[in-house]
Amino acid sequence: MSLLAPDTRRPATGTPMVRAESVHKSFGHVEVLKGIDLEVANGEVLCLLGASGSGKSTFLRCINHLERIDSGRLYVDGRLIGYREHGDKLYEMREREVAAQRREIGMVFQRFNLFPHMTALENVMEAPIRVRRETKAAARDRATRLLDRVGLGDRAGNYPAQLSGGQQQRVAIARALAMEPKLMLFDEPTSALDPELVGEVLGVMGDLAAEGMTMVVVTHEIGFAREVSDTVVFMDGGVIVESGAPGRVIDAPEHDRTRAFLSKVL
Amino acid sequence: MSTPVTDRVRSEAVGGAPIRAIPVRHYGQWVCAAVAVTLAGLLFWSIGTNPAIQWPVVGEYLFNENILSGALVTLQLTVLAMLIGVVGGVVLAVMRLSSNPVLSALSAAYLWVFRGTPVLVQIVLWFNLALIFPRLGFGPVSADTNELISAFGAALLALALNEAAYMAEIVRGGILSVDSGQNEASQALGLTRAQAMRRIILPQAMRVIVPPTGNEVITMLKTTALVAVIGAKDLFTEAQYFGQNNFTTFEMLLVASFWYLVLTSALAVLQSRLERRFARGVGPGSAPRDGVARRLLGGVASRRSTIRTPEGTPA
Repeated sequence: MSLLAPDTRRPATGTPMVRAESVHKSFGHVEVLKGIDLEVANGEVLCLLGASGSGKSTFLRCINHLERIDSGRLYVDGRLIGYREHGDKLYEMREREVAAQRREIGMVFQRFNLFPHMTALENVMEAPIRVRRETKAAARDRATRLLDRVGLGDRAGNYPAQLSGGQQQRVAIARALAMEPKLMLFDEPTSALDPELVGEVLGVMGDLAAEGMTMVVVTHEIGFAREVSDTVVFMDGGVIVESGAPGRVIDAPEHDRTRAFLSKVL
Repeated sequence: MSTPVTDRVRSEAVGGAPIRAIPVRHYGQWVCAAVAVTLAGLLFWSIGTNPAIQWPVVGEYLFNENILSGALVTLQLTVLAMLIGVVGGVVLAVMRLSSNPVLSALSAAYLWVFRGTPVLVQIVLWFNLALIFPRLGFGPVSADTNELISAFGAALLALALNEAAYMAEIVRGGILSVDSGQNEASQALGLTRAQAMRRIILPQAMRVIVPPTGNEVITMLKTTALVAVIGAKDLFTEAQYFGQNNFTTFEMLLVASFWYLVLTSALAVLQSRLERRFARGVGPGSAPRDGVARRLLGGVASRRSTIRTPEGTPA
């Protein structure tokens, strides 16, 4: 059984799914991102590793414009995020245009952020109905299928408060997938979970990767990064220290900072 | 010390039998209750047997037609003013939190004016609007202000517009109480800010908004008494009218108080039902606390009963 609709699985093309060019971002006087250059190919799974405060979550939030960048360029599927470029001028996008871009980018949060006043099924149905103007019946159909596939078909009627953390996070993944995104962003999806619940969420993410979803994952799960990702990027102090295949970055890091970080988390 | 007892207790505990314990005795509660009941009795007795109060008059006017219609006007004013106030409050709160600086400033200015002046002054001001605008309207379409704004209309305008300012702060507090992650999740899914507000944020804010709004309703019901200054024919207007004409001021005040109490009690019941309705999806919820009588007498009754456990654990 596939988690993805057939049309979201596409062959690798020339255009990278994500392209960051010299991305800078400051909060007040603190520069959090000091020039990030990065490409994520279609169908690639990229894991961002690094200590807290290294800027990896901020970078992830820039990709769907939850944070606006101060300089540089960020493209998703070849389109500039948050701005329109005419000649040498940048025009800020209207709220509706930003919302339209975000539809194609799914995001999963550390603290799930499920809508507590809606059942699991309603959580998954909400965006397709409001944003894609789907009929209730069609949205319910897809939501039921997606919940089945993350192993929660029997929990459709439960409110988030009645679900475990792992179950909530799986509903959150189903909710993001309901919009049939081209790209999925995961912001430390297992950091708020009890250790015994981490596996079920990583399992769903592994399935998703195996089906060809393009994913950018901020995580501390080194095992997951090694097994599932195509590329591992290690960030520190707002810059990319090194990146490459997991076998190289995790098992034979070149930089002292990477080695120091890995020795603490492994 | 007899061993058989100890053995029985132990075996029961091992067998998982419910705990049978004698609750702690609170003798202080009984003393307080006795003192309170005595004092209340003395008070009622001194009022009830007071020769200055003509109780038959109280009974006669309790269901007087004008008094009842006054109570109805009071209720109408309360309900209408609150409806307008709540809708206005939501609009003002959303304006205040909007990223649009013009809307935000307009909302702030509205609050500054309507919270900064006494509602009694506002009532009289609307009633006397004809003094500065004898006719109201646009261009050729206009009407006599005094015909357009009756005493009831002036009362309603003043109460509703004033209430909107207070409700705006309550709604704003409710909106701000919702976790910012909810907004982020909505945006990440592609919902617009308006959609997120309507579908995600406001429904969750309701849990925080409803309890103080219930208080506002009850406060509003009592505040309507102020409109007696412009003779808006509410409960207090009618009660005062009879009181002054028949030299039964105190009796009529008792009649009015009776109906105010009846109405506020009814509203309080409604409020607690609404609160339960909006607690949906917020987990198991705490078990309701027992009433006074139950808590006082519960100790006696539970001598033979088992310790009760809170019900409604999550599925």
